[in-house]
Amino acid sequence: MSQVVDGFGYTKEHEWVKVESGFAFVGITDYAQGELGEVVYAEFLKVEGDSIEKGDDFASLESTKSTSQVFSPVSGEVVAYNSKIEDDYEIINSDPFGDGWIVKIKLSEPSQIGQLMGATEYKAFLDTL
Amino acid sequence: MELKRTPFYSLIKEMGGKFVPFAGWEMPIKFSSDVEEHKWVRSDAGVFDVSHMGEITIKGKDALKQVNYLITNDASTLKDGEILYTPMMNHRGGTVDDLLVYRVSEESFFLVVNASNIDKDYEWMLNNNKYETDIVNVSDSFAQLAVQGPNAESIVQNLFVENLSEIKFFNFKYLKFDNETILISRTGYTGEDGFEIYIPLHIAESFWRELFNKGELLGLKPIGLAARDTLRLEKKMALYGHELSDTISPLEASLSWCVKMGKLEFVGKEYLLKQKDTLKRKLVGVELIDKGVPRHQNEITLEDGTPIGFVTSGTMSPSLQKPIALVIIDSQYAKIGTEIWLKSNQKLKKAKVIKTPFL
Repeated sequence: MSQVVDGFGYTKEHEWVKVESGFAFVGITDYAQGELGEVVYAEFLKVEGDSIEKGDDFASLESTKSTSQVFSPVSGEVVAYNSKIEDDYEIINSDPFGDGWIVKIKLSEPSQIGQLMGATEYKAFLDTL
Repeated sequence: MELKRTPFYSLIKEMGGKFVPFAGWEMPIKFSSDVEEHKWVRSDAGVFDVSHMGEITIKGKDALKQVNYLITNDASTLKDGEILYTPMMNHRGGTVDDLLVYRVSEESFFLVVNASNIDKDYEWMLNNNKYETDIVNVSDSFAQLAVQGPNAESIVQNLFVENLSEIKFFNFKYLKFDNETILISRTGYTGEDGFEIYIPLHIAESFWRELFNKGELLGLKPIGLAARDTLRLEKKMALYGHELSDTISPLEASLSWCVKMGKLEFVGKEYLLKQKDTLKRKLVGVELIDKGVPRHQNEITLEDGTPIGFVTSGTMSPSLQKPIALVIIDSQYAKIGTEIWLKSNQKLKKAKVIKTPFL
């Protein structure tokens, strides 16, 4: 069973969002990393300081088998990418909800958080797949 | 359409196989880690369920002539018990499929075709049955396992009385297992030593159990199709729908070693006679120098963005730990060492033509 963490927001595309004082940390869920396979390369499609709209892709994750675009669940400004990922891409697989976070965004529309699924709702969504 | 399941489905599910739809079948893409599975086949041994592959028999007094009419390679060089790899062309210079041809006797051949092409191939063979042979699609009669890796022989040997070292590369034998006849060939799609084993459906499950009974201590592990793809790519083995297709000729796929122009006749010969001296594009191996991973259908360009070709297959090579690709490009850029560019994520990335196979 894929792990789901309480207190995070989720999308149907299997991104997660954790909000900390006006900033959103975004990554992919345990389910998503399992589907993708070991991440062998990650390309960041924006640079720090870029504005980002909800639905924009901001990273491209590559496994040996396929490419997966990661979409932003929120709008705002890209504050930082997680530099740890570039040292060891597999951290996205081993710790998807923790050290494997991908981007930090300064929220421009905090109300978007309310549109995300909660952990219970996301778990129920996974059961339908 | 409901997906078909191989006789190993439940056994593989129990072992943690993760299934995806593939060519109308539910097939295991990986178990836990495709990279580790890949490496395990290179260092030890793994077994692939490839029961989705198709088998077609061609029999009759003119079976050899008929087979040779359909394929670009030359089956007349085969003795009984020998196998060859070959493309099969259409009349427009493209490739219908690539297949293995097993010579049982001069009047009996066993052809192994790609799962996604079974119906197309069968129809093609029936429509081009020039020598009125008996062509039968027997795909539903066999399960198929591929045991691949340096330890493959010592593992499979435990299931048979006969000495497997006597089966040389690209040869096959019919052997007894449980009083049933099994076809076993020293072939594969990984570039490692190993066997492809064709098993009657009703004993497929017991064969698998026995294989793991005997093989587990020798390191046998189940391997998914994701690793099969990266294993074959490192060794520059063509995958239909990628390096070969209805619009890519065997010469363009750099398979001239299995095109025998000296043969009296074969479907596609006239086209190839015109093409061979003015081959405009061909398949080469590429290493990405900038960061990234090349993918099927990514564009290949010059530094200024002018398109010169496309990626047929690409991956981060698990063995070499670097991004590699097979590409079809304009012949003038095909020389080893030539710098070319890969378009990926809207960026041009530097790459260069390198020697193949990659490994």
